[in-house]
Amino acid sequence: MLSKRIIPCLDVRDGKLTKGIKFKGNIDIGDPVEAAREYYEQGADEIVFYDITASSDERDIMIDVVTRVAETIFIPFSVGGGIRTVEDMRRVILAGAEKISINSEAVKNPPLISEGAKAFGSQCVVLGMDVKKVEASVKTPSGYEMVIHGGRVFTGVDALWWAKEAENLGAGEICLNSIDADGTQDGYEITLTHLISTNVNIPVIASGGAGKPEHLRDVLTRGTADAALIASMVHYRHYTISEIKKYLQGSGIRTRMTW
Amino acid sequence: MIGIIDYQAGNLTSVARALRYLGMPCRVSDDPNVLKKANRIIFPGVGAAGEAMANLRQKQLDLWIPEWVGEGKPVLGICLGTQVIFEYSEENDTKCLGIIPGAVKRFPNNLQEDCMPLKIPHMGWNHVAFQNDHPVFRDITDEAQFYFVHSYYPAPTDDRLVIGWTDYGQLFCSALARRNLVAVQFHPEKSGRPGLQILANFCRWGGEDAE
Repeated sequence: MLSKRIIPCLDVRDGKLTKGIKFKGNIDIGDPVEAAREYYEQGADEIVFYDITASSDERDIMIDVVTRVAETIFIPFSVGGGIRTVEDMRRVILAGAEKISINSEAVKNPPLISEGAKAFGSQCVVLGMDVKKVEASVKTPSGYEMVIHGGRVFTGVDALWWAKEAENLGAGEICLNSIDADGTQDGYEITLTHLISTNVNIPVIASGGAGKPEHLRDVLTRGTADAALIASMVHYRHYTISEIKKYLQGSGIRTRMTW
Repeated sequence: MIGIIDYQAGNLTSVARALRYLGMPCRVSDDPNVLKKANRIIFPGVGAAGEAMANLRQKQLDLWIPEWVGEGKPVLGICLGTQVIFEYSEENDTKCLGIIPGAVKRFPNNLQEDCMPLKIPHMGWNHVAFQNDHPVFRDITDEAQFYFVHSYYPAPTDDRLVIGWTDYGQLFCSALARRNLVAVQFHPEKSGRPGLQILANFCRWGGEDAE
């Protein structure tokens, strides 16, 4: 039986982690490769890198990070941020990433999803969705709207419609981030996750709001997510990934316990 | 030297990276003249069966791969590499290499577990119930899980070739072996330590059968 995946997310800017991550002995680590190694050893099932480098001149630094990560950990990892063309995808995949994720760019240019799926297979293309709760309206009947550029720009695109459309275009997976829950550490947006996950036939990774292992339990059961993204709760060493997995296993959720 | 067959099917460098990490010399190539000098062969790949077979034919690898299997070289199939050794794949209605009798089938759309519909592709970590003590799967514990990503699964005609079963709404063959050929549906190069152990075992294996 398939296990639910626990996926730490690392934000990278100019080749360094944007928030230092506390490690053994409370040492602050800024190197994404070392952070990836640490989470690999703690039992992460996959790792997500999000490149927030502003200038495109600095992109080569990220390619170097991807190459070194691929030589260090032997689980799947994905890279998002700044991917605008099939050629951008190719560079990241050839450097060793299993998957690429596209977010704002996919909303602005939907054919990018099908071009990526055609070139590398659907399993390589993750659709990142930043979603905000809104009044249900003719434009947004689900009551959830797609936002882009880190949540600053409303698009008028209904989130449920977009999830289904992206699946049709060839997205292999959805990473669903609730802008309302993001950063709160008060728990995932369960209603949104359940809505999207039960209306598409591709895996959904829940994102935004994780602060306690109970939050993961809820989104993986009631929210029917296939995987849960975590950040601060492990970056600040409130929990290790193996502690979270032990808790989930004890709650009757199938997780990978040997690595 | 370990030859890794390159037929434009996804990211083959991940297998090479895993072997390099294990200290095993390897070479990724699409040239039969290079590959035939290898003393063992890995046949990896992700993608679609139809395009894979077209690429293999173009490089005449469809003729060479059965020959290498026949002459007793240890051969390891991974994912799509495993699927195209069968006679036929439902994916793109593709005639395949025919080394192993049987077909590759699509997971049905109505798969369920505990009354919940299961998604396709089968993507993520799952168990493999190994049926015997094959040298390539030695020192793998029952708790180990492996990384899968596929919508089609191998169905050999002869169940006796199956050495690993996996449960995804139904049981399917996730590992099989016949003499010097071993083939897995999961990705050992992306399955953490247990996966690396399988690759290391394969690199030491002489090609003999299980007990």
